[in-house]
Amino acid sequence: MALPEVKQTATEARLANLVMPDAGCTRAAREDALARVLEMGLPGRRDEYWKYTRPDTLVAPEAPRAALFDPDEAMLFADLDRLKIVFVDGVFSPEQSDDLTLEGVTIDRIEDICFKDIHWAKELYGVLEARGQSPVQRPLAALNTAFAADGIAIHVSGKPSKPISFIYRHASETSDAMLHHIIRVESGAEVTILENGPAASRFNKCMEIDIADGGVLHHVRAQGRDHERRAATHMFTRLGQESVYKSFTLTVNGVLTRNEQVVELTGDDAVAHVAGACVGDGDFHHDDTVFITHDAVNCESRQVFKKVLRNGATGVFQGKILVKEGAQKTDGYQISQSLLLDDDSQFLAKPELEIYADDVACSHGSTSGAIDETALFYLRSRGVPTKEATNMLTLAFLAEAVDEIEDDALSQAIVDRLEGWMSRHS
Amino acid sequence: MAALDQTQVKEGVDQETVDAVREVGTYKYGWETDIEMEYAPKGVNPDIVRLISEKNEEPEWMTEWRLAAFERWTQMDEPNWAMVSYPKIDFQDQYYYARPKSMEEKPKSLDEVDPKLLATYEKLGIPLKEQMILAGVEGAEDAPAEGRKVAVDAVFDSVSVGTTFQKELKQAGVIFCSISEAIREHPELVKKYLGSVVPVSDNFYATLNSAVFSDGSFVYIPPGVRCPMELSTYFRINAENTGQFERTLIIADKGSYVSYLEGCTAPQRDTAQLHAAVVEIIIEEDAEVKYSTVQNWFPGDENGKGGIYNFVTKRADCRGDRSKVMWTQVETGSAVTWKYPSCILRGEESQGEFYSIAIANNYQQADTGTKMVHLGKNTKSRIVSKGISAGKAQNTYRGLVSMHPKAKDSRNYTQCDSLLIGDKCGAHTVPYIEVKNNSSRVEHEATTSKVDDDQLFYCRQRGMDEEEAVALVVNGFCKDVLQALPMEFAMEAQQLVAISLEGSVG
Repeated sequence: MALPEVKQTATEARLANLVMPDAGCTRAAREDALARVLEMGLPGRRDEYWKYTRPDTLVAPEAPRAALFDPDEAMLFADLDRLKIVFVDGVFSPEQSDDLTLEGVTIDRIEDICFKDIHWAKELYGVLEARGQSPVQRPLAALNTAFAADGIAIHVSGKPSKPISFIYRHASETSDAMLHHIIRVESGAEVTILENGPAASRFNKCMEIDIADGGVLHHVRAQGRDHERRAATHMFTRLGQESVYKSFTLTVNGVLTRNEQVVELTGDDAVAHVAGACVGDGDFHHDDTVFITHDAVNCESRQVFKKVLRNGATGVFQGKILVKEGAQKTDGYQISQSLLLDDDSQFLAKPELEIYADDVACSHGSTSGAIDETALFYLRSRGVPTKEATNMLTLAFLAEAVDEIEDDALSQAIVDRLEGWMSRHS
Repeated sequence: MAALDQTQVKEGVDQETVDAVREVGTYKYGWETDIEMEYAPKGVNPDIVRLISEKNEEPEWMTEWRLAAFERWTQMDEPNWAMVSYPKIDFQDQYYYARPKSMEEKPKSLDEVDPKLLATYEKLGIPLKEQMILAGVEGAEDAPAEGRKVAVDAVFDSVSVGTTFQKELKQAGVIFCSISEAIREHPELVKKYLGSVVPVSDNFYATLNSAVFSDGSFVYIPPGVRCPMELSTYFRINAENTGQFERTLIIADKGSYVSYLEGCTAPQRDTAQLHAAVVEIIIEEDAEVKYSTVQNWFPGDENGKGGIYNFVTKRADCRGDRSKVMWTQVETGSAVTWKYPSCILRGEESQGEFYSIAIANNYQQADTGTKMVHLGKNTKSRIVSKGISAGKAQNTYRGLVSMHPKAKDSRNYTQCDSLLIGDKCGAHTVPYIEVKNNSSRVEHEATTSKVDDDQLFYCRQRGMDEEEAVALVVNGFCKDVLQALPMEFAMEAQQLVAISLEGSVG
């Protein structure tokens, strides 16, 4: 079917500015992805999946300018022993990165995988993204597969001693970065992936994660504090039998963020938890879009998303649990809540369930409201000043999402960030 | 059919009906009235629109209104966002107007109505007699000694055949008549309110309805009047290949109250039939309207053949402060349902409530829910939706709760639960929540589960057979909604819940 004219024009204009990297063995996957983009067209304002978030600036040929920002706090996870992989405006920086050798993992740049004949990578690049295009289209992810200029391939075969940490630095006001990472966790292996930093003025990131039977992957991410940055990220995860995937994202500021999580539980007894906490002040638009597909028996999925919004900030949640026919004994849980600190902020949610199996327990909840006056009164009557009491209640509200992080050091680092935000913004 | 034999025959229902029930199995309204009909030619075009207008002896402005709607409709696309699939409808292969020949001369009173038509309604358990209580309803004997009166407007295919208790209602100042009569007799009211809640260009089906609606009910409750009895409309589709397009307009003026019931059935046929209705309710200051529906259109047979396509637009506009509307619906019929009774809460402190049970069995598909649009301060809404899927059916709750920036201190509570019986059916929830101020509280909860084995076991242990046990558990699941129904409907709905699920166990 032909695309509507507006969409066709927008898509062509965007593609005109892009050059497909000469990427050898990912070439076929990239060309397939480009064909998908041409067929779907890039997101438009009238698309149902973009009802609450305007994709215009994410799709525009040029990235809108975003001022650089100097955070007056220590780098997140700085005290943590970790293997650092640094990107500056979306380009891998060998100088700033650590040595990429670590026991239990093999780490390569995507552009090198052809020369090393890494079979698993060729079988993964673009594959989960392509699977994730149905039943809902995600054209920005396909665009990423086709044109991502850089990225890392991580093969996890054991249990590395420290987390692998992606650091995304923002150095130019007009940077427009596209990164595509792929991760394969082998049977019984276990890894923790960290991500932090604003990355670029406009950042399109795609991560494909394939977890084999019994594999475990923990993911903790913090998106940079730069006020004017924009990001559209996709994480596609496929889980095998008895495997575990736990992901948490902290978003502080940023004029526009759209984080999509596409999770497919294909092996029995798998567990997937995705969580997010976001705090926004003023010109802030944050969109969490989650799609979890249960295609195996006795799997568990959990979505916990909390948003604190003030001064006209907007929070969006679109979450879906799809339970396919035969995915019996599914346990699906989804909660999305917002705390509106003033009257100008807004929360828009679409929490969906689509269920084709009868022996399941699925539930979702969504609430929105202001700080509980009674709780505030209680704290004040105990001598806590209003500002502190508000902060305390706000942190308590976010705690359910932060608690999804299993590692205490990591969750403490996130709590510190939230406390920092509150001291600056209240 | 075991459970059917155990179904108690309602008082006042004759043997013929009982036999009919046995014959059609689970759908007991599947018979057809053999009556001579008069049709407009098939298809829809400006001429048909004019013809319908002419048949209803409408004034010029009404004809123009319809034609403008038709013009608009030709430029619209059929919506496809609902989770339902059905073969493409050929809108030109339908009759848009069908009336019993005997209705050519408008009967002056119920005594002049064709006995065949009266018998039809008698058989449906809705006798068009002005009697104290609605006959054929179990539990009626518990009614208060002075009896409960229910006025009925009966719509047969495209025309209203009669309205009971008109005189008594008139004394109270209430206008209750067919919409075609209202257009002739009360043009000032119709002109003022028609299309003011559901605009002509609202959506594909509402626009089609605006062009070709043939009849329906009109209610006006004057200021301060508490309607002395419940009002009801009974829709019956009888003719084949005929679409029914009825239009209901209810106006509750300041401080008034009315409870309105709607029922519908159709014969069992293997071709699908279209039903696209529009209901508009206007509620002024301090007024209250209760609108209850038991929708029991023919759902198609167990192989998914035939049935009614039910594409309905229902909306209440709470214009005045402290106005209140309550939608209650029991949706058991129709092959495809596409229906979202909505509330616009414009007046301060206005309230909207929506209670729904949607049951889909065999190949039925239901996509239903509500919209609560909070515009005024201190507005409240509550949504309780229970969806039950069995066989190969798909059941979707789709709803919107919107808190506008000015709707300070408003409140919404939404609960939608789904129950799955069998592993070939689906249950889906698609809520939209839009909160644009922080003094409002919005809560949404949804669960999906199957009939609890422990509960079934408990019932079976007490000597119930499996179907009875399921019916009991399901009734318990629906209790919140059933309790919101007027008494007569609650009894009927309870039985419907059991009958609709028959054969879905084991």
